[in-house]
Amino acid sequence: MRYERPGTIEDAVAMLAQASGRSFVLAGGTDLLVRMKSDDFDADLVVDIKAIPGMDEIAETADGFAIGAAVSCAELAENSALVSAWPGVVEAANLIGSTQIQSRCTMTGNLCNASPAADSVPALVAADARVRVIGPNGTRTISAQNIPVGPGKTSLEKGDIIDAILLARPQPRSGDAYLRFIPRTEMDIAVVGVAVNLTLGADGSVQTARVALGAVAPSVILSEEAARTLIGTKLEAAALGALEAACSAASIPIDDKRGTVAFRKQVAGVLARRAARIAYERAGGK
Amino acid sequence: MSFDATYKEKKLKSVGTRPLRPDGVDKVTGRARYGADFNMPGQLVARVLRSPHAHARIMRIDVSRAVALKGVKAVITAADLPDLTNGNAALYAILDNCMARTKAFYDGHAVAAVAAIDAKVAREALKLIEVEYDVLPHVVDVDAAMAPDAPLLDENLFTQGIDPAPTTPSNVGNRSEFGHGDVESGFAKADVIVERSYKTEQTHQGYIEPHACVASCNVDGTAEMWVCTQGHFVYRQTCADLLGLEVSKLRVTSSEIGGGFGGKTHVWAEPLALALSRKAGRPVKLVMSREEVFRASGPTSQTSIDVKIGATKDGKITAALATLRYSSGPYADSWAETGAMTSFACYDLENVKTVGFEVIVNRPKVAAYRAPSAPMAAFAVESAIDELAHKIGMDSVELRIKNAASEGSRSSYGPIYGPIGIGPTLEAARTHPHMSAPLGKNQGRGMACGFWFNFGGQTCTDLNISADGTVTLAVGTVDVGGSRASLSLIAAEELGISYDDVKAVIADTSTLGYNDMTDGSRGTFSSSMATISAARNAIVTMRERAALMWDIPVEDVAWEEGHAKAVGASYDNRAPLSVKDIAAEAGNTGGPIAGHSELVADGAGVSFGTHICDVEVDPETGATRVIRYTVIQDAGKAVHPAYVEGQYQGGAAQGIGWALNEEYVYGADGRLQNPGFLDYRIPVCSDLPMIDTQILEIPNPNHPYGVRGVGETSIVPPLAAVANAVSDAVGVRMVHVPVSPPRILAALNAKAKG
Repeated sequence: MRYERPGTIEDAVAMLAQASGRSFVLAGGTDLLVRMKSDDFDADLVVDIKAIPGMDEIAETADGFAIGAAVSCAELAENSALVSAWPGVVEAANLIGSTQIQSRCTMTGNLCNASPAADSVPALVAADARVRVIGPNGTRTISAQNIPVGPGKTSLEKGDIIDAILLARPQPRSGDAYLRFIPRTEMDIAVVGVAVNLTLGADGSVQTARVALGAVAPSVILSEEAARTLIGTKLEAAALGALEAACSAASIPIDDKRGTVAFRKQVAGVLARRAARIAYERAGGK
Repeated sequence: MSFDATYKEKKLKSVGTRPLRPDGVDKVTGRARYGADFNMPGQLVARVLRSPHAHARIMRIDVSRAVALKGVKAVITAADLPDLTNGNAALYAILDNCMARTKAFYDGHAVAAVAAIDAKVAREALKLIEVEYDVLPHVVDVDAAMAPDAPLLDENLFTQGIDPAPTTPSNVGNRSEFGHGDVESGFAKADVIVERSYKTEQTHQGYIEPHACVASCNVDGTAEMWVCTQGHFVYRQTCADLLGLEVSKLRVTSSEIGGGFGGKTHVWAEPLALALSRKAGRPVKLVMSREEVFRASGPTSQTSIDVKIGATKDGKITAALATLRYSSGPYADSWAETGAMTSFACYDLENVKTVGFEVIVNRPKVAAYRAPSAPMAAFAVESAIDELAHKIGMDSVELRIKNAASEGSRSSYGPIYGPIGIGPTLEAARTHPHMSAPLGKNQGRGMACGFWFNFGGQTCTDLNISADGTVTLAVGTVDVGGSRASLSLIAAEELGISYDDVKAVIADTSTLGYNDMTDGSRGTFSSSMATISAARNAIVTMRERAALMWDIPVEDVAWEEGHAKAVGASYDNRAPLSVKDIAAEAGNTGGPIAGHSELVADGAGVSFGTHICDVEVDPETGATRVIRYTVIQDAGKAVHPAYVEGQYQGGAAQGIGWALNEEYVYGADGRLQNPGFLDYRIPVCSDLPMIDTQILEIPNPNHPYGVRGVGETSIVPPLAAVANAVSDAVGVRMVHVPVSPPRILAALNAKAKG
């Protein structure tokens, strides 16, 4: 195995593009280093991007935030502007693993690991996050939702590196929230995760809604049916009931070691209802 | 010298205090040497190839490509471990479990092993071993394995304990029965009967340190092994038997132990390390991965238990019946028998019957886990008792007190009890503030009792007094929970010296006589008895030395408060001699001073505990939080109360994990789906409340200080205490442990549907 620690993103891209065999990007390493200990895993090239300037920075621009690919989840929670703008995204990122894990792991890594149960991904999708991809053919910006395409699979191509996650400046009267179910209090993987992002009109009714579901399908679901149940409402009981039913219906989970189909579908609805309430309050709704 | 172990009340100075443990600094600074911390010059790295199939006949193993790989020094299969078990079925089961001989019986069963110059080569070599399997139908569930059409693991297994003996083979190895009276007539007298079936899932002890050893076989027939174990003398015997070594030529040194809980009373890969070393002619280090630990070591039985209890309206139990089916992995054992013995041990019953069935399945060989087999039986029985109390409309503590066993009761498994603590723990529970604390919304309370036999066994101890008067205590029972601290307190108490002047160590198998392993909560009970005996022998010697120093008859030298004192009118003006004074002169009075002891510690004294648990359940998700937990247990005498409390808390924590989330999950292919701590969910710190403890001290009449074993009983009540609390919170009887969120939600949905 070859380990490289390039100083520029161009060098990193070139190494990955020219590599033969299995190559991986290393940032926090909380997924990769664990996998490397497995007998069934072989890596030929590991490219550590932490020495590339800017990777460990959260840049605040007129448009919003650019979160470098090597920024740890714990650092997100220390950025008060980001916390106040996107509390749901930050809380999702800080549910991953434990305090020790959060000081290493990154949201970009969480996205690229493409686990259906990734905590930060539903929150990013609900927030309509974009990612900046630098590849052999230049730079492009795409929706975070389009990165994971199935368990362990992404839409990225050979040589592509996500160098930052881009979050827009939130609309006035908006709020987001993420809730996940685990049987324990920490150190666990989401059995179900739900993120809700709402923008309210001047009268306090929901104007736009984004509802994202995790761990209930091969990759994150952005449910337009669920979002529609909230538009024009003030989260009255009927609306929340419809949201719950829509989220349960949109979930297409499997039975596995972490939960059952019936449990996941039911709890997806419950968490959506609860997350919607939190997002609504954060948006200033009463 | 005969040793009087009878309890005598006396004022104690050291025993009952809470000094720091002698192994503490090493452990918190990382200096302590665990199994994987031993290394030898020139050692090789071993890896084990394991079956990916739940049940498969091994048709052919070709190791030639692995042997040819550069850096590989030895490859072994079952052919390198000839069967020397000579008709001993239990030993054969260990041999076959260490390395599959004709069939792989479970996902993870070892089929070959390699020793290579490093881990990378060893891993490569595993991939070059070709195994041809004939995959057979498998069965992993205890009930499914008893079905008439279940795949048979062993065509030659005919259930024992049934008359007439069956003529067709099955997966049931043995039937056992305990009890007395006539349950049918007892049920006829009952006003209320509760009858229900329960299930518990397979759990792992979850010790943080994986199995690890370094084995070194020499050409002269001697061998050494450094290993993480709860019983190095037992490992020595088993390994010597399996490999055909002479017992005294195999020297085994135990490392510090990062948890065992019964799982390190059995050998797993240690015989393979020895066999590899013998073949390679070099030391071999073998460390199991976490995945291997889950797939191929440890677990408890999965169980299925039916309980029927009848009582009169005023709460007197008239009859109790339990049928217990315990899985034992691929080899018949006696786990159900133990469960059947413990089921109703807390109660004084006129009519009681328990029947146990040992069921073989395609899962790893079952190992002891802290009061093995008792927690599952207690879950079923204590759930039924709880339901009975509800049905009668009686407080569940009152119902238990009314039926509790006491001194003179005939136990459900046979013996007549001496002085026991079940009644006092229940009385303490009744008056405990926890019992009357108000409960909030979605909260529930449960309680349960538990019993464990405890054990004493063979013990050998050396106590050496150094020239400066400090003392070295060499014991052969491995310290798994702070026994070096308690034994140092005991030695200090007996000799009348300071705790800080005693250093306790675990001796290896060549420097001390045989000791049983640390199981049955015997560590402090038996070794303290041997320590007391050794100290008293040393005092005899010290009195003799003092007599020589003073040149007076030994009859005129008494031992009081750590000093030799001359007694009688002619001599009592002499200043007493301390241990230090006598030790300083030892070279001139007959040489080193030591006390030795070898004994069988009888009369361990049964142990009882009562637990109270509060939970809060989210009715929309089934998420359960334990919000308050209290352990009340009889310790006989708490030698080091902090470590007694630690044992109470540790057992409760493990039981809570078992009750709520821990379970082996198998796929349809018979492969274990969750061999790691990510998805095998033991509680993390934030999952648990501070576990309150109350130590009762009802002296064991068979120990000089009244000590009883305390290590295991604390895991017996929690499954039932937690399940009873959850049942109380959600208003549905939970009968399947773990009571995980999906099971709770399914039960609530079923209730809502009516």
